[in-house]
Amino acid sequence: MPARRATVPPASGAARPAASRYFRLHPDGLMLRLAACLLAGIALHGIACAGPAAAQTLRYGMMEDPDALDPTLARTFASRMVFAALCDKLVDIGPDLKPVPQLATSWELAPDEKALTMHLRPGVLFHDGEKLDAAAAKYTIERHMKLPGSQRRSEIAPIGSVDVVDDLTFRINLKQPFAPLLAQFTDRAGMMISPKAAERLGDKFASAPVCAGPYKFVERVPQDRIVVERFPDYWNKGAIHIQRIEFRPIPDATVRLTNLRAGQLDLLERLAPTDVAQVKRDAKLKLESTYELGFLEVLFNPNKAGSPVADPKVRAAFEAALDRNAINQVVYNGEFLAGNQWVNPKNPNYVAEYPIPKRDVAKAKALLAEAGKPNPQITLTVYADSDSPRTGQVIQAMAKEAGFDVKIQAVDFTTALDAADKGNYEAQLYSWSGRSDPDGNTFSFLACKAALNYPKYCSPEADAALQAERGTVDPAKRKAAWKALADQVLKDRPGIYILHRKLLWAYSQKLTGFVPYPDGLVRFTGLKLN
Amino acid sequence: MLRFLARRLALAVPTLILASMIIFALQQLLPGDVATALTGEERDPQVIAFIREKYHLDEPLPVRYGYWAGGVLRGDLGDSIRLQKPVSELIVEKLPVTLELACLAMLVALAIGVPMGVLSAVKRGQTADTVANGIALWGLSVPNFWLGILLILLFSVELGWLPASGYVSPFESLSENLAAMVMPAFVLGNAIAAVMMRHTRAAMLGVLGSDYVRTARAKGVSPLRVTLRHALPNAAIPIITLGALEFGQLLSGAVLTEQVFSVPGFGKLMVDAVFNRDFATVQGVVICTAATYIALNLAADLLSAAVNPKLRRA
Repeated sequence: MPARRATVPPASGAARPAASRYFRLHPDGLMLRLAACLLAGIALHGIACAGPAAAQTLRYGMMEDPDALDPTLARTFASRMVFAALCDKLVDIGPDLKPVPQLATSWELAPDEKALTMHLRPGVLFHDGEKLDAAAAKYTIERHMKLPGSQRRSEIAPIGSVDVVDDLTFRINLKQPFAPLLAQFTDRAGMMISPKAAERLGDKFASAPVCAGPYKFVERVPQDRIVVERFPDYWNKGAIHIQRIEFRPIPDATVRLTNLRAGQLDLLERLAPTDVAQVKRDAKLKLESTYELGFLEVLFNPNKAGSPVADPKVRAAFEAALDRNAINQVVYNGEFLAGNQWVNPKNPNYVAEYPIPKRDVAKAKALLAEAGKPNPQITLTVYADSDSPRTGQVIQAMAKEAGFDVKIQAVDFTTALDAADKGNYEAQLYSWSGRSDPDGNTFSFLACKAALNYPKYCSPEADAALQAERGTVDPAKRKAAWKALADQVLKDRPGIYILHRKLLWAYSQKLTGFVPYPDGLVRFTGLKLN
Repeated sequence: MLRFLARRLALAVPTLILASMIIFALQQLLPGDVATALTGEERDPQVIAFIREKYHLDEPLPVRYGYWAGGVLRGDLGDSIRLQKPVSELIVEKLPVTLELACLAMLVALAIGVPMGVLSAVKRGQTADTVANGIALWGLSVPNFWLGILLILLFSVELGWLPASGYVSPFESLSENLAAMVMPAFVLGNAIAAVMMRHTRAAMLGVLGSDYVRTARAKGVSPLRVTLRHALPNAAIPIITLGALEFGQLLSGAVLTEQVFSVPGFGKLMVDAVFNRDFATVQGVVICTAATYIALNLAADLLSAAVNPKLRRA
């Protein structure tokens, strides 16, 4: 029987799977107990059926089943979540978004910003017992750069070569200065893997990933669970208190919450904003939140033949017609954050000179009259999930007051991406999960011919600003570059930034030490399950 | 009988080939391609090109079908592009789960639907008939998703008797397995029980009005014996056929029920595969489901012949 078979036996003392708390019986007594539980009613509640709690196994309810568990090939948010347990990175970010040492203890940038020297933490072991040294770091980074199908290649494209300086020191030589490099190393590009395991497993590395994180891989049953177990030789083992983690993909937010309330989960991600009140009322549950690094925007396609959105005045009118706070209130119970830039207004890189514009229907009407299109028809593509169509409807109603006739087209995620890719859309509600460095929220979307630049936006001024922010780590120069970028992009409006989602976690009160991070990933260090 | 079996089996081969061609072609109608779905947020054009080449996505449709069919003939259903795992392994993993859920749901449906249908036919026009019809109407109209959530709220959240979700292999722990399957099996079985009840009632009404039943009654055979021994076996044929069809549908995956109870079965596998344009998985699951359907239809025919000797000569 393939399901429910651990490929690695659990360590002694490891908790039994979740359901064991209900029926801990040998099969021969089973029917009796089952019948008793089902029939005896309230009298038996809490006495006969409940067993000891599954202590020391953290059951994490996640939104989707991850893709391949290989840091070089992975592309989903869900896999990043599992990597948070499996794979440490060269650098991490703190809750304040500042880089903090993880596998690298220190680093120096050359004065010309074209070389980064990193010093590795001594005594770090991979899960297969191999040592993390400079050669392993070089191997991993080169794998990210060269493995066919690597999703990391474009993230670290400016890297020219990697040199081993000594056992624990390596130097990254850049083709040109690249300010977001350190930020890239706080994500999958910075995750170190065991070269020996990578060579042995080849393209099957995802089936049994070997990294240097606090937990090692135990088993994966697609669409059911991923189980990891505490790595006894972890460099920071004193901070790891939970023995096992079971990641369980449960796509529906209501079902996730029901499972948490039933004690089937200990922690869940992406609580629906509409369920916040329910969690707050429940004394057995706790709630944590932080604003995401990403954004939600209405993306235009000015190149679509005959479309009114080709006219900048129509796009400006559309923005004037929108009340971002009202969208937040109506669709998201006011839990999200209204915004008008690629980072949220609380982010240190927000350009304060451009606050969120207020809704102005008269101005919108005047702009449409100026453009000679008092009733433009626009088709807005939205994802067919629970919230996007509602967001689309609120936008539709607001735009209508200014004279717009918005048609909503709800499609699945892949169809929407395909339409964006092919330029086969007029306006699209688009969301991006966000990166810790604002470059990750801008360059690929706004630079001429960049991979995610669906509106095919190309402005020499915006391009110069993007090159400037990439070209230096100097905070003052970068701040000026963000301002220059905002000057151009907020005027040209290839898209209209609307909201920044709040990342919501609900968890059992048994869990302590939870700290929310804006990248939406859980840090397992310091977490305790009482 | 053997010739009948051989003829049916020979028909199964072209049916499967046709089914595989249709689903292969239908998948091409889906907007968005595998490479787009697979490159996710970042979408490096070089990665897209690599995926296209690796999975022959640039080749014409018949060539791609040829690659796939050639693999099937060698016993290779291909790899799931998203999960990077052989499709055959995924099917072997999910099929027992779905099979168990389907069997339990069918058991629930039979246990509720058939007695209720018989009762309703025998007590036609009386209170029992009205009540049974009311229950059937309720079973047909209540949405699985809603009923599932309500059951979880009652038995898992409030009473704490049953686990809200998950799956444990019966070989690991039969008690945990059944505890996890009770609610999903009931939710699925509930809807089928209603259909089953309606069919049983109709079939029984037809048989109860026939001459031989009247004769049996006239001979003084007890009403219970007339109903169970004389009428029910003849009314069983449509019930068996219906059961086989419903069972086949259950095997192709009960998506909503699997979602609510997080049962890792065929339905979830299939839906995820479609959304991710994971065509090898979709293809593998469909072929597997089609084969099961054919096998079930055959089994229903054989079973009908066993129950009703008249059919054996047909």
